Amino acid sequence: MHSITFDIAHMLAGSLVLVSFLQLYQDRLSALLNMFALHAFVLAASVAWQAYAQDAPHLYITAVIALIFKAIVIPLALRRIVIKLGIHREIENVFGVGLAMLLGIGLVALSMVVMLRVTSGADPLAREDLAFALAVVLLGLLMMVTRRNAVSQVVGFMSLENGLVLAATGAKGMPLVVEISIAFSVLIAFIVIGIFLFRIRERFDTVDMQAMDRFREEQR
Amino acid sequence: MISIALFGVLALVAIAPIAVATSASPNATGIVYGACLIVTLILFLIALEILFAHPAASTVVLPLGLPWLGAHFRIDPLAAFFLVVVNLGGAAASLFALGYGRHEDSPQRVLPFFPVYLATMNLVVLADDAFTFLVSWEFMSLSSWALVIAHHRVQENMRAGYVYLLMAGFGTLTLLLAFGLMAGGDGGYAFDAIRTSHLTIGTSALVLILVLIGAGSKAGLVPLHAWLPLAHPAAPSHVSALMSGVMTKVAVYGFIRIAFDLIGQPQWWWSLVVLAVGGVTAVMGVLYALMQRDLKRVLAYSTIENIGLIFASLGLALAFKAYGMNVAAALALTAALLHVFNHSLFKSLLFFGAGSVQSATGTRDMEQLGGLIHRMPQTAFVFLIGCTAISALPPLNGFVSEWLTFQAILLSPQLPSWGLKLMVPAVGALLALSAALAGACFVRAFGITFLGRPRSPEAEAAQETDTNSLAAMYALAGACLIAGILPGIFIDALAPVVQSLTDGRLPVQTGGQWLSIVPIAESRSSYNGLLVFAFMFITGMVTAFAIHRLASDKIRRGPAWGCGYPDASTLTQYSASSFAQPIRRVFGSVVFGARETGEMPKPGSIAPARLTVRLRDLIWDYAYAPIANAVGVIAERLNYLQFLTIRSYLSLVFGALVILLTVLATWP
Repeated sequence: MHSITFDIAHMLAGSLVLVSFLQLYQDRLSALLNMFALHAFVLAASVAWQAYAQDAPHLYITAVIALIFKAIVIPLALRRIVIKLGIHREIENVFGVGLAMLLGIGLVALSMVVMLRVTSGADPLAREDLAFALAVVLLGLLMMVTRRNAVSQVVGFMSLENGLVLAATGAKGMPLVVEISIAFSVLIAFIVIGIFLFRIRERFDTVDMQAMDRFREEQR
Repeated sequence: MISIALFGVLALVAIAPIAVATSASPNATGIVYGACLIVTLILFLIALEILFAHPAASTVVLPLGLPWLGAHFRIDPLAAFFLVVVNLGGAAASLFALGYGRHEDSPQRVLPFFPVYLATMNLVVLADDAFTFLVSWEFMSLSSWALVIAHHRVQENMRAGYVYLLMAGFGTLTLLLAFGLMAGGDGGYAFDAIRTSHLTIGTSALVLILVLIGAGSKAGLVPLHAWLPLAHPAAPSHVSALMSGVMTKVAVYGFIRIAFDLIGQPQWWWSLVVLAVGGVTAVMGVLYALMQRDLKRVLAYSTIENIGLIFASLGLALAFKAYGMNVAAALALTAALLHVFNHSLFKSLLFFGAGSVQSATGTRDMEQLGGLIHRMPQTAFVFLIGCTAISALPPLNGFVSEWLTFQAILLSPQLPSWGLKLMVPAVGALLALSAALAGACFVRAFGITFLGRPRSPEAEAAQETDTNSLAAMYALAGACLIAGILPGIFIDALAPVVQSLTDGRLPVQTGGQWLSIVPIAESRSSYNGLLVFAFMFITGMVTAFAIHRLASDKIRRGPAWGCGYPDASTLTQYSASSFAQPIRRVFGSVVFGARETGEMPKPGSIAPARLTVRLRDLIWDYAYAPIANAVGVIAERLNYLQFLTIRSYLSLVFGALVILLTVLATWP
């Protein structure tokens, strides 16, 4: 394998982690959605490069799916939802951006240590890829945990999904069926969540999770 | 042979849907129990044939269960012997239920589970890999649980079922861990693979402890017995007989299979644990039995006593095997297996008797019974034989196996270790005590239930039970007598089983003079059940003849003897509690924390005097109640986890993931 191939794959996967951090930093929903589109775009680029590096043409299809659905359709649709709900200028009270970034750095370090230990002896390209993928998954989870707004939780879930796709394409011989099914499951999850957002809004006049907790029967 | 046995098991399983389909028909009990009777009899004959004619093991692997493992089945002499026990008990219970099952108020809650229960007990014995064994074991627990809660409207039964389910799950968990340790990291779950693998001493000791807990909780070893006296009496009587007489033996099978066959050469100190647990179980079981008023609960506690006896013999066999004393080990193991067989006979018989009494009078409370010998003479006769056998009186079968156990105990001075030299006689003393108390217990059980005068109108109106039930009881009573007067045949039949597990065997018994049994040497000890029986029979006949023919038949007149009861009220008779009072005075204050408070009315008052006895189950109070309380407290504390926000749940998942990854990253 050319070392330049490896370096580019490394760079793309690394940028995915970087964009995850950018997402973590955003406190406005419209900016967050832009970052999510960038996230999916970088994923598509990374998958396409993997297709080239592994000489696996079916991965190009995955890349195209990622580009169309995740980088274009879903962000646009989410933006429509946000504007329709009138929360595109909403400033979320994230619990301290600095603390979230620090936690994120800790998680990246953790995933590096775990993956490099566990996969010792595997193909170096796959190894780096898996480590970055785990970092993206953990950062997505961190986003879901630290955000209060339902829309940004959805974005966290989608970027977690991107991490899974990165891991799946990093390993050689992943059949196309798996990726297509992942793509469709994301789409369906998106539709369901979108419907729910409107329903929640209809009922409670807000998509702020904290506000919703007040309506629960058992108050603690 | 094994494939025929498996077809038999399949046939039993196939009866269950038939039971569901025919449950509306009034003939359902006849069809189901009849079919069970036929299939178990066939399985019984197959097992006998293997035990006597084909001692070589035969195996079969079916493509069921785990895909890389398959389901292994195997019949060797040990399995064949336990198949005999299971299917003899199963056939007797089916025959009994042909009559008894008619009195059942909701037979559709019993019929589908009964054949499945029989099938799973057979499967546990036939299993030859850990997965099949555990699955069969768990289904055995589940089907018997369904039978325990058959009368689910009684609150007590639901509680019994709950405790049983918990203990059964716990037992299976420890067995699962034991098999996991034995199979090691490679996952060699077939018994063949386990036999050839070599465990370290520490691992095999841990396996033995886990198996003692797992199999012991099913068999009813103290202090894991708590479920047994609740669950066994709660089931319909033919199922109680199976649970007490047969399922506890399947648990003993599990212990023998693992401790003698799978984990290889034992260490001598293992036997200390088994002996101590066995001895304590025997004494505690019979003491509990003496304190009960419920006839079936007396029998259930007596099962615990007999299981203690069996485990003490097994511990002794382990000790002898550890020192390579093969003949002595064979003697102890023969005693244990013979007692397994004998106990399955007379405990089933006694439960059938208790079931007949219950369906005739509607109660199991001994304080409400009495005088049944006049109304149910045949039941009383077979129940008396069962009581005599379980009290280990010659010439019946209980005596033979207990005598063999004591012969093995008398060999203990030859053991080289001082720990065992001191321990075994102490356990022998415990067993002797429990044997004596068991005598008292069954004098009480028989005397209060069948003798005296009826204590309630129901007992006065009792009717003799039906023919099928009587046939089952007579068959078992006959088997008790045959095993008692011709024990040599049974000991010889056990020889291949014992040979395969201890590399030793007892001398051939059937060739000796007058059918005496000689466990070690003629100069040490021998026993002849036939001669004892003949002597008792002839002297009895001669005495009867002498009294009836030679005594004077002149009519004499005198004051009527009131049997020591000047008052005609039935309440002045000995009651179950008053009969047990001396023993309660001696042992109760320590073992049960018994407190008696007497309340005498003031002179002139017409209030009755009162004696209140308060017994506590110390094992329940100090071992089970704290655990139950701790679980309750923890559940109360964790209850708030039910009411978190979505974000908090996500945070919990996230935190757990991060912690696990950290553990993975820092694992040495």
